[in-house]
Amino acid sequence: MEIPYTVEEREDTGLTNPKLGIWLFLASEVMLFGALFSSYIVLRMGALNWPVQSHEVSVPIGMFNTFVLIGSSVTMVMAWMSLKMDDFKKYKIYMGLTILLALLFLVVKIGWEYIPKIQHHHVPATNTFFAIYFTMTGLHALHVIGGIIVNAYFWGPGSSMWKEKPQQFINRIEVAGLYWHFVDLVWIFLFPTIYLM
Amino acid sequence: MNSFEEIKKQQKIYWVIGASLFVLTFVTVWASNWELAAGMALFVALLIASIKGGLVANYFMHLNHEKQLVYFVLILTVLCFIILMAVPLITIKDGVGEKSPLIHQESNDVH
Repeated sequence: MEIPYTVEEREDTGLTNPKLGIWLFLASEVMLFGALFSSYIVLRMGALNWPVQSHEVSVPIGMFNTFVLIGSSVTMVMAWMSLKMDDFKKYKIYMGLTILLALLFLVVKIGWEYIPKIQHHHVPATNTFFAIYFTMTGLHALHVIGGIIVNAYFWGPGSSMWKEKPQQFINRIEVAGLYWHFVDLVWIFLFPTIYLM
Repeated sequence: MNSFEEIKKQQKIYWVIGASLFVLTFVTVWASNWELAAGMALFVALLIASIKGGLVANYFMHLNHEKQLVYFVLILTVLCFIILMAVPLITIKDGVGEKSPLIHQESNDVH
């Protein structure tokens, strides 16, 4: 059975079903991350001592990863635009770049941040700051992994849809893009909150 | 946005937005080095983050030309988000865990 309204818009909502679905999902994600930001405020305001965060984490590494994620957002939107211009080769290049940048983000996060911190015994049990740092950035990293899996599918086996149902494939990439930009959006707020304040 | 020319024009806008986000990231880090009071530093950091977030949402996520239902979902989300962020303020203002002035007065009377 095929999912209805994947290409044409429903008359009552004015949207395709996948697009409405992703926006509702993103709304729930806002609340998920919102709960963590809210927890961060409660913990920080209630703490007797709070470390200078920029001394505990590396600002240059955080900034580098911000550039990487913003770059991946640009390549993601370019992948979608390439499909709209009927240029499948460019789509493959831009989507491939998006996946590579996402992987680079994770390599930097794990290799240059998590592992050295754990080696220096800076773990969630060390203090409240490291507990919230690992929780928030860890949850965000899980979202990056989720995005990589979805985008890799659309870059590889899932891209065969382009030949049979090009418009549906364009819509799928748009929906995947909305999720990916949201992941970028969360990091835009995480970076100053965790690294700079 | 259907013609080839329009798509090309749109692509240029995306590159400009991407470049603006890069510049604003530098500004965020630069501003964090200003010697500001904690509250002001927080305000500046979140202001720049909000501008960046606005650019991503409006252009990359196409919120500048979306259908009404999407705006409705988002307005509802924003309202719930404001309530969620207000919870910490309630916990501060409720006075739970603080020593009551009456108890303080009674203990002085005993002594």
